[in-house]
Amino acid sequence: MSTSTVDVNPHDHGGHGDHPSDPHFQHHFSTLEQQFDTTKIGMWIFLATEVLLFGGLFVGFGLMQARFPEMFKEAHHHLQRPLGALNTVVLLFSSWTMVMGVLSARTNQKKKTVIFLVITILCAFIFLGVKYFEYSHKIEEGLLPGHFYHHHGDLIPVVNGANGYATFFSFYFMMTGLHGIHIVVGIALLAWIAIRANRGEFNSNYYTPVDLVGLYWHLVDMIWIYLFPLYYLIS
Amino acid sequence: MEWIRSIFLPPQGSAFAAEVDTLYMFLVGLSTVLFIGIAFAAIYFAFRYRYKPGRVTPHITHNTTLEIVWSVLPLLLCVVIFFWGFKSWLKYSVAPGEAMEIQVTAKKWLWQFEYPDGSRTANELHVPVGKAVKFVMTSEDVLHDFFVPDMRVKHDIIPGRYTEVWFTPTVLGRHQITCAEYCGKGHSDMMAKLMVDNDADFKKWMETGGDEWKSYTPEKWGEMQREQKGCATCHSIDGKRGQGPSWKGIYGKMEKMNDGKEYLVDDAYLRESMLMPNAKIVASFEPIMPSFQGLLHPQDINGLIAYIKSLK
Amino acid sequence: MAQALTHSDPHIGDRPRPAKNYLNETTGIWSWMTTVDHKRIGVMYLVAVSAAFFLGGILALLVRLTLLTPSHKLFGKVLIDADTYNRVFTLHGAIMVFLFIIPSIPGSLANFVLPLMLGAKDVAFPRLNLASFYLWCLGAVTAVASMVFGAVDTGWTFYTPYSTTTQNAVGLMTMAVFILGFSSIFTGLNFIATVHKLRAPGMGFFDMPLFVWGTYATAIIQVLATPVLGITMVLLALERIFNIGIFDPKIGGDPVLFQHFFWFYSHPAVYIMILPGMAIISEIIPTFSRKTIFGYRAIAYSSVALALLGFLVWGHHLFVAGQSELATVLFSALTFLVAIPSGVKLFNWLATMYKGNISLETPMLYAISFLLLFAIGGLTGIFLGALSTDVHLTDTYFVVAHFHYVMMGGTVIAFIGGVHYWWPKITGRMYSETWGRIACALVFVGFNMTFLTQFFLGSRGMPRRYYNYLDQYQPLHAFSTFGSWVLGLGLFITAAYLLASLRKPADAPDNPWGGTTMEWDTVSPPITHNFEGQPVLEHEPYDYRPKVKKPA
Repeated sequence: MSTSTVDVNPHDHGGHGDHPSDPHFQHHFSTLEQQFDTTKIGMWIFLATEVLLFGGLFVGFGLMQARFPEMFKEAHHHLQRPLGALNTVVLLFSSWTMVMGVLSARTNQKKKTVIFLVITILCAFIFLGVKYFEYSHKIEEGLLPGHFYHHHGDLIPVVNGANGYATFFSFYFMMTGLHGIHIVVGIALLAWIAIRANRGEFNSNYYTPVDLVGLYWHLVDMIWIYLFPLYYLIS
Repeated sequence: MEWIRSIFLPPQGSAFAAEVDTLYMFLVGLSTVLFIGIAFAAIYFAFRYRYKPGRVTPHITHNTTLEIVWSVLPLLLCVVIFFWGFKSWLKYSVAPGEAMEIQVTAKKWLWQFEYPDGSRTANELHVPVGKAVKFVMTSEDVLHDFFVPDMRVKHDIIPGRYTEVWFTPTVLGRHQITCAEYCGKGHSDMMAKLMVDNDADFKKWMETGGDEWKSYTPEKWGEMQREQKGCATCHSIDGKRGQGPSWKGIYGKMEKMNDGKEYLVDDAYLRESMLMPNAKIVASFEPIMPSFQGLLHPQDINGLIAYIKSLK
Repeated sequence: MAQALTHSDPHIGDRPRPAKNYLNETTGIWSWMTTVDHKRIGVMYLVAVSAAFFLGGILALLVRLTLLTPSHKLFGKVLIDADTYNRVFTLHGAIMVFLFIIPSIPGSLANFVLPLMLGAKDVAFPRLNLASFYLWCLGAVTAVASMVFGAVDTGWTFYTPYSTTTQNAVGLMTMAVFILGFSSIFTGLNFIATVHKLRAPGMGFFDMPLFVWGTYATAIIQVLATPVLGITMVLLALERIFNIGIFDPKIGGDPVLFQHFFWFYSHPAVYIMILPGMAIISEIIPTFSRKTIFGYRAIAYSSVALALLGFLVWGHHLFVAGQSELATVLFSALTFLVAIPSGVKLFNWLATMYKGNISLETPMLYAISFLLLFAIGGLTGIFLGALSTDVHLTDTYFVVAHFHYVMMGGTVIAFIGGVHYWWPKITGRMYSETWGRIACALVFVGFNMTFLTQFFLGSRGMPRRYYNYLDQYQPLHAFSTFGSWVLGLGLFITAAYLLASLRKPADAPDNPWGGTTMEWDTVSPPITHNFEGQPVLEHEPYDYRPKVKKPA
């Protein structure tokens, strides 16, 4: 016929390469390495979709900024730069601890893996805590999205319902909110792999979940790196 | 050849329509030729090379020359068609400076047209033949679209913005205006009549307001005028006080003015209120009503009076 | 080799029938609901999208029935009122686009055939595959829920500000679309990873079947474009709930911005629809011509070119919508550019038939129908790409006819052809060839009756989404409605004989058509892990040259 088959018995345990006896090996792959490479490609593609998801919001923000330049400029002064900066530092640090966690998993250091993952989770909670303070402040001041906006003391009068301040805060809450949801999901993922690490599931042959969660965490960090200057810094 | 064109396209109401039709019919011809070629090839090959057991087919993987030819030739054709469409479209996009400007307000689900002299019509538009007319359009609610098939022009009407379309009608008579952007329940009812008149008829229509009012009862025409002319902004019909007195139940009543005198609200009173509003001011109201002198034709005034009469 | 097989005895070369195949190895509904076998998932998708197609089709027949006369009466009674009609055509569009066409070929046929063609045991992420299917189900339930709770009457395009201010189930429908979007994204993600990492030894990128290339190009679009649809739906929902002020002009927003966001996804989406269809045609034509595909590389490259160029033309939906003049001109020019790769494929398919050894079984009849109908669809796109003619034709029935020619005359016809082509492999049964040909003829004639007419309706000035219409259009509307009955009959007969074939025993040949791609190198239906051992590719794709017999 048009093909021939190679005599690889998928049920041959302890035979070719490093695949057969590993409980994490999925049998539609030929080797563990192929499985690892494939899963990594999958994760990168998923990250690309996340970039496009947030990208749409960034574009929307940019267009609205062009529509209400003065109002947006005034509105962004309500954001608390020190808190935003603190969150940036926290996330950057957590990215470092995440990298260390992956490295530890890859080098069979179970205790260190768990410690680094737990610190990453703590950083995530600090981030959310700071966000809580920020959001409370906004709510108190009436700096809310859309028709919930009721802040007093704005300099530019709202004409024909065109409230650029409300639009600014709509985007602020949408983007930081969506980002926050991703942080929460990240905490869940980190907790899951921390538990698995504690159970001794990861070693130099198999640390894929740690690696993949790491990639996800770096994306979440990177999105913040774009959000922070856009909202807090640009005048 | 006209009979072929008329199978595909509506009558040509302007020179621009004729220009668009030329490109359209060229594309019809081109598509027919190409389609017949493709269909013929497919069907002919299916028969000429029909299955014979044991026949070996040639192993033809590609032919670079042929592939280049059938990529480049269509590309050149596309370039030609692009420029052709673009050139015509440029004409459509820029109205001539001397075009008469008509303000169009589209709303669910009617067309309001306003002439340079301020006179307004609903769902009926008259334009003089041979003269360019430009439409400056906005919507009061959702997206609409001003489409005149016979003129081959169309453009969306967007709330919060002004968009433009223009044409120079060359053919006398009646044409259709339709809404071409879905706008809800009455979308397919949102039609207006376009009448291209000769100069004399057009002048007469501008002076006397045309005949559309004849197809309505005076009460109905009055009701429409209340919306069109803006009375509804200040005068309610349910008794609620607005900037001006409500019309509900006022006909035949005695009304007290701000100088203490009382008057009967009858035809003459209403007529005076529309044309010389500050002659009498109802007590507790401000003298802010503008005069509608010149903005209301006799049939409009009669209709409004009949309508107000009917609001018991 | 392959050439000797089909007509003489399709069973030559059959492998010994195994005791169990993927259909009966495990039984019970739970084994299906928890399956991670791409073949079972493909079958479930096939059933699911067929149900969606049936629902969308009933709605279409209702639309056409309502338009039979300007009075909308049937047997003296008005069929439906304007409000209901507006919901019916909106749902027809939304169901057909999001529940049927976009998931159809990738979810069903590609899911089933792609791993087999690559010589793989499954897709890269089998559990994600199942998740995609369940997301489709969730999206479908949400869409049906929206029908129950007031339905939507905005048109499937949800233009603002009508969609942000109207009182009906827009929120539910946008949620459904959001969910369905993720189903599509995960499918695309899965296929890209599969194509990159799970090819058989010896199979480089340019040894892959063209069906794989088409699916791969589709997956790229699914992954890159769909997130933008997702975020657009979120923005629309938030505008309705919070009045954020992005699309509604009454609070400072820009309604045209919605159209840009929407079409940035929805134009590439039409390439998600057509590329898999073209991919199927690239399989059927060489097989039934018993001749190698002409221009393999050109077809492969043109698939990727369409995927990428498809992202650059969205503004051609906005020529009269109020976008800038510069943008309008640029988008028109780019639209003409994107026409070329499609034309190239059409010529390559015809050249494949030239000097072939052609038999006209049902899949090939559908493939030839595709060539003719897609040609019309593509050519009428030229009318719409040219600026001056587009001004007259946009928002009329001309556009409705154009997109039905490419989506239905293109994708759906290719889908049906593909279902017939792989039916023996999927089910292990052959359908009735006689009924197949009759139904194909009815579908072809009915389709043209219904939609060719609509080009004339449109160019003569009949706008789309119209409940009422001027009397002058009635003859054309009536003819189109009669056509819809012929089309419906053809499709109904197709479903009937395909289902009837399942009552026969599963004894279809391994390779009834003499195909050269790997899915034909295993039994029909396949065993659960597809192949015994790991297949290795040893020849170029579509090689119909007779094997030289080695001396003993």
